[in-house]
Amino acid sequence: MNTQHNMEESLWNFIDGTISASEKTVVEKLLQTNADWKAKYSELLQVNELLQSSELEAPSLRFSKNVMEQISKLHIAPATKSYINKKIIWGIGFFFITMFVGFLIYGIGQINFSAGEEVSWSKNLNKIDFSKIFSNTWVNAFMMINVILGLVLLDSYFTNKRKEFRKEA
Amino acid sequence: MYCNLTDYHVVLSIRMSTGLNDNEIISKVLSGDHQAYAGLVSRYQNYVFTLTLRMVKNREDAEEVAQDVFIKAYKYLADFRGASKFTTWLYTIVNNTCISFLRKKKLDIHSLDNENVFEAADSQDSGMRANLIEQKSKLAMVNEAIGLLNPDDAQIITLFYKAEQSLEETAQVLGIEINTAKVRLHRARTRLKEKMETYFAQEVRDLN
Repeated sequence: MNTQHNMEESLWNFIDGTISASEKTVVEKLLQTNADWKAKYSELLQVNELLQSSELEAPSLRFSKNVMEQISKLHIAPATKSYINKKIIWGIGFFFITMFVGFLIYGIGQINFSAGEEVSWSKNLNKIDFSKIFSNTWVNAFMMINVILGLVLLDSYFTNKRKEFRKEA
Repeated sequence: MYCNLTDYHVVLSIRMSTGLNDNEIISKVLSGDHQAYAGLVSRYQNYVFTLTLRMVKNREDAEEVAQDVFIKAYKYLADFRGASKFTTWLYTIVNNTCISFLRKKKLDIHSLDNENVFEAADSQDSGMRANLIEQKSKLAMVNEAIGLLNPDDAQIITLFYKAEQSLEETAQVLGIEINTAKVRLHRARTRLKEKMETYFAQEVRDLN
């Protein structure tokens, strides 16, 4: 089964022209010497030719007209890049990088490097105190803002869905 | 000669855009000549319709989805940057629109071995077994055999063989790696061969 599968795979790659040079030489040799490979090759070649000669389906005669009638009521939307303000994306990125670097500098500043080699990094890292700038109150306030923003987004999503549903109805 | 003014404009636009390439037509449309879009519709309607038909398996639905594809493509034409072929961009819209349509219809198109899909596809052409006695042209046989495949298999075969897309472009349309596309295409062809041997045994024998 596996050998059969590999044979078919190699032969399809050979037919599609996606086979590597080294494998191509091996397949060419097998096609000259091995009857099974030769038979399978002609079988797959036939399927390939049939697929290449298969016909395209045509829609109804009114198709173009229907599309043109529908687009006559529409306007082309402006390109996405023209209304996405890159400054905002850069601003968000800058904010997060500043936050990260700020925390890093604040934490490294608290490590006592003069304590000697026997004090490990993990122990030093455990001693870093973020409580002054990252208290529970701040975390709670941040989470609360996120929850409120999430609810606002969910509300606008459902409002849009309701509008779409009414439009379809 | 033409039913109304719209017909006349559509025919005129198709004739005028015959010698233009896709990018030239797109430039015309974007600069305000909306009727020039008829040239693109006329050029690719059969490709888009074949792809949608092979995925949704029903002519009425396929026509509706194909129309939707051209309307979406028109609406977002300004987003086509010319980095790839227009057809590759267009077929990406076909792929997404068909997937959305099939999701709405609650067909599981991602399960390659989903028996229900095969059963559904088989039952759609219940008269086919009876018609096996009739001599079919080999082209019609291939089209019918592709129609029996699940939407994923039918789509990749159509993209590769009929939509003039290379393996790289096919992978791009489907949003997958080239190697994955290669494996999927290989499996799809194997399954097509099995379908032809099962349902069109006589025709396959005649070919040999």
